[in-house]
Amino acid sequence: MSNWIEIGTIEDIPKLGSRVVEGPDGDIAIFRNSKDEIFALKDSCPHKQGPLSQGIVHDKTVTCPLHNWKIALDTGLVKAPDEGCAASYEIKIESNKVFLSL
Amino acid sequence: MKEKLVLIGNGMAGMRTVEELLKLDDEMYDITVFGAEPYGNYNRILLSPVLAGEKTIDEIMLNDEQWYKDNNVTLHKGKTVVNIDRKKQIVIADDGTEESYDRLLLATGSNPFIIPVPGHDLPGVISFRDIHDVDLMLDASKKNKHAVVIGGGLLGLEAANGLMLQGMSVTVVHLGDVLMERQMDAVAGGMLRKSLEERGLNFLMSTSTEAILGDDHVKAVRFKGGLEIVTDLVVMAVGIRPNIDLASKIGLHCERGVVVDDTMQTYDPKIYSVGECVQHRGEAYGLVAPLFEQAKVCANHLVKMGIGLYQGSVTSTKLKVTGIDLFSAGDFIGDSSTEEIVMQDVNRGVYKKIVLKNNKIHGAVMYGDTVDGAWYFKLLRDETDISDFREKLMLGQAHLGDSGHGGHSAAASMSDDMEVCGCNGVTKGCITKAISTKGLFTLEEVRSHTKASNSCGSCTGLVEQIIASTLGGDYSASDQVKPICKCTDMTHEEVRAAFKEKHLTSGLDAMKVLDWRTEDGCHVCRPALNYYAIAAWPAEAFDDPRSRYINERVHANIQKDGTYSVIPRMWGGVTNPKELRAIADIADKYDVPTVKVTGGQRIDLLGVKKEDLPKMWKDLNDAGMVSGHAYGKSLRTVKTCVGKEWCRFGTQDSTAMGIKLEQLTWGSWMPHKYKIAVSGCPRNCAEATIKDFGVVAVDSGWELHVGGNGGIKVRVTDLLCKVTTEEEVIEYCQAFTQLYREEAHYLDRTAPWIERVGLSYIKEKIVENDVLRKDLSNRFVESQKHSQTDPWAERATGGVETNEFIPLKIIG
Ligand code: SRM
Ligand SMILES: Cc1cc2nc3c(=O)[nH]c(=O)nc-3n(C[C@H](O)[C@H](O)[C@H](O)COP(=O)(O)OP(=O)(O)OC[C@H]3O[C@@H](n4cnc5c(N)ncnc54)[C@H](O)[C@@H]3O)c2cc1C
Ligand code: SF4
Ligand code: FES
Repeated sequence: MSNWIEIGTIEDIPKLGSRVVEGPDGDIAIFRNSKDEIFALKDSCPHKQGPLSQGIVHDKTVTCPLHNWKIALDTGLVKAPDEGCAASYEIKIESNKVFLSL
Repeated sequence: MKEKLVLIGNGMAGMRTVEELLKLDDEMYDITVFGAEPYGNYNRILLSPVLAGEKTIDEIMLNDEQWYKDNNVTLHKGKTVVNIDRKKQIVIADDGTEESYDRLLLATGSNPFIIPVPGHDLPGVISFRDIHDVDLMLDASKKNKHAVVIGGGLLGLEAANGLMLQGMSVTVVHLGDVLMERQMDAVAGGMLRKSLEERGLNFLMSTSTEAILGDDHVKAVRFKGGLEIVTDLVVMAVGIRPNIDLASKIGLHCERGVVVDDTMQTYDPKIYSVGECVQHRGEAYGLVAPLFEQAKVCANHLVKMGIGLYQGSVTSTKLKVTGIDLFSAGDFIGDSSTEEIVMQDVNRGVYKKIVLKNNKIHGAVMYGDTVDGAWYFKLLRDETDISDFREKLMLGQAHLGDSGHGGHSAAASMSDDMEVCGCNGVTKGCITKAISTKGLFTLEEVRSHTKASNSCGSCTGLVEQIIASTLGGDYSASDQVKPICKCTDMTHEEVRAAFKEKHLTSGLDAMKVLDWRTEDGCHVCRPALNYYAIAAWPAEAFDDPRSRYINERVHANIQKDGTYSVIPRMWGGVTNPKELRAIADIADKYDVPTVKVTGGQRIDLLGVKKEDLPKMWKDLNDAGMVSGHAYGKSLRTVKTCVGKEWCRFGTQDSTAMGIKLEQLTWGSWMPHKYKIAVSGCPRNCAEATIKDFGVVAVDSGWELHVGGNGGIKVRVTDLLCKVTTEEEVIEYCQAFTQLYREEAHYLDRTAPWIERVGLSYIKEKIVENDVLRKDLSNRFVESQKHSQTDPWAERATGGVETNEFIPLKIIG
């Protein structure tokens, strides 16, 4: 049972960039890639809690700004050979509006 | 329906291609592998250590049968392919198994050459190629006493050494008068022979075999001239021949090997070939490094990406006999057009010879001390002009860059628990374990699996040594010029040239025009391309914030806890009460937890919250201060000393000169950070001789120094020249800076750049050529017109990308 929260429009998030939503349990990074897909991950790298929202976005990946781990935007899984997982959240888009489910 | 790929030959080159292919696309093909040998894929190179009793078969497996299952690859082990129907696209194995293919990969390796003397087919005569041969040898060594190895090349010596360690008395018979003559010159070969003799091997040099004697098993060998020696085992190691049996049978064009083009395609467009069976541009290779290069290219074409050409390789050799160090690469014999530098220390058992041609390394052979082999090999491949350090060449690369581990075969003498990489806390044991359990070969692989040398890189030399000592001769650094990253095959130089030629004004354009493999690039190439665009077209380039590292994007350094640091510029390190008061007030206003004087003569406000940044910048701007770019690949600081104004030794006004230089150069984007310093006399209190551009005042003018840095690997500057006037200092500084901006690779500081291109090259352009210098200097001034805008002011007042600093939404 999802509880959708509207967080803004697609245009609020820069292409190949991200914005932060301050959630009840810490920041959530909202990413937009070059295909305008939107993803949400906990804004904390599984390595040493680097802020993923500040990383470089490419394809469906974000590279953490602190030590360059690569995290898959859709699953939160860390790309090999590193290991780990960042919590990911569901996103839904309705006529340009972005909804997040916690 | 997926397409079908069939691989014939379950060896090192074929399986490496499959691995590379799976990395690129694991969906495209149904893959089937035929292997004549009854195992998964193993590391053939390590058969020598297995024979010597230093490793077990299990330890040398690369892909066991489980791997094939996990990767959905069908393995027909122990089945030899005997025919291929090219019309119907079917392969047929000796037991009747048939598989159809859309693409076929031939990687049948090579066959040991057996000299056709009488008796060559007697039981007890074997070659040294696969696990089966090693089993036979180990078995023979248990039952028998005497062995003869025919062939004093790399394989022969490794076989002889192994058999000797298994307790046999071994005689090596060699046709020539120098051992390993394809890898050694007479001196090194002689030293090698002497030390092998000391270990207990016997040699018969300049001797050819006439017959192998025996009725139902080997009993003796007879040589020309009549000498006979009794033996129970004969190992033939006289060379290999590309295995083209199958390829020629099906009428594929073969010469010495299966002929392929630069994409590893044979004359039948459906059939590709890699490995020792291949002949490429007339060459056949017998070492893994080039084969792995081939594998990479071939995989790329099999997944139809169609990028990357194999253009041949230069190889280097080492011998895997524990305790014997030898190395050779390139043409180490030389001819009338070459010169040589030779060093020989008989007592220490060390010999080095470097062959030079037109001031470049053409070849090298070393015995006894091979620590610098990798360095010479790199100079050879990069075709570096060595005239600037010719007199030091023999002494080796004084700095292996191992910060504190102290050079010479440090790797071998380290214990497993010793830390190799200080940044990531990686021990030697951790690295050797990863190499053997995960089957790693290259620095890149070790880096990505263990993180060793992945950060500051200062331990790279040491990690390379460990790889070399763990893998033995198997490790040879890749010999191709490095592409920028995995998204392309183009080098930094090629990309920089393309920006100019094709008038590319943004990184995104470049990726499109230059056929980038990935849609958005990656964190390695994007910042580089962005910089190249700005450097090539300062007035027009689109500076893409999304391609900048976070520090440059928000004009502050990200800290380990996600807060930021703010460093305002303090021109030449000079401040005043008004500025200090403003800084103090701002620190109070924003609750800055730490205020620190930096090593760059200015003040750092640490622990600032991201959302406070724009407000703080505005306040600093209002007090007359601008961004210090402490975060950027750009001009950082200009350090100065007090100079003539106050100091009793000062010869010129170094402080004023520093401030002037900082005002001219601030704001410029660079391939890496860039630091300047000006000292008022040769006491050099501003440490100008470890800066990218250093100025030291002397009575008669100014000395200009370039290419220094502190940091990871200290490098003292080279003296560029001496000038007399202030105008000259400025012009030279601008010209040098611009040359660096236009030509260095992104993320190279001036030191590695100068080491690559040579000081003479820099002098040619800046000191010896007035026109070029003036042009460069003018281009720098032009480019500065577009970059000397304070990013803080832009952000704080103009609202550029302000959304970067405010949350999208606050929930709960
Ligand atoms: C703040 C400061 C230390 C201090 O408190 O004094 C500092 C802090 C950092 N240095 Fe430094 N360096 C500082 C002066 C130096 C100096 C001294 C100097 O400039 O005279 C050096 C040695 C001289 C040199 O560069 O040649 C120095 C050599 C390095 C290096 C090694 C560079 C190299 O080429 O080997 C790095 C790593 C890098 O850049 O990749 C580095 C990187 C860093 C980074 C950016 C690490 C990072 O990526 O986060 C640190 C940022 C901290 C922060 O967020 O503020 N820092 N760093 C100094 C700022 C100076 C300034 O006013 O801008
Ligand atoms: C003892 C030893 C030490 C070595 N040391 C070094 C070293 O230190 N450094 C270095 O760089 N190189 C070294 N080499 C060379 C290196 O091992 C080879 O260059 C490399 O293995 C060649 O790879 P390949 O895939 O071309 O051939 P291989 O690895 O030989 O693989 C070919 C495979 O194809 C199979 N095959 C052939 N025909 C058929 C068929 N019709 N049907 C099915 N299967 C078939 C063969 O059985 C074999 O398993 C060494 C080699 C040996 C033997
Ligand atoms: S400030 Fe410089 S020396 Fe100090 S920890 Fe950071 S990078 Fe290392
Ligand atoms: S915290 Fe993300 S890579 Fe280290």
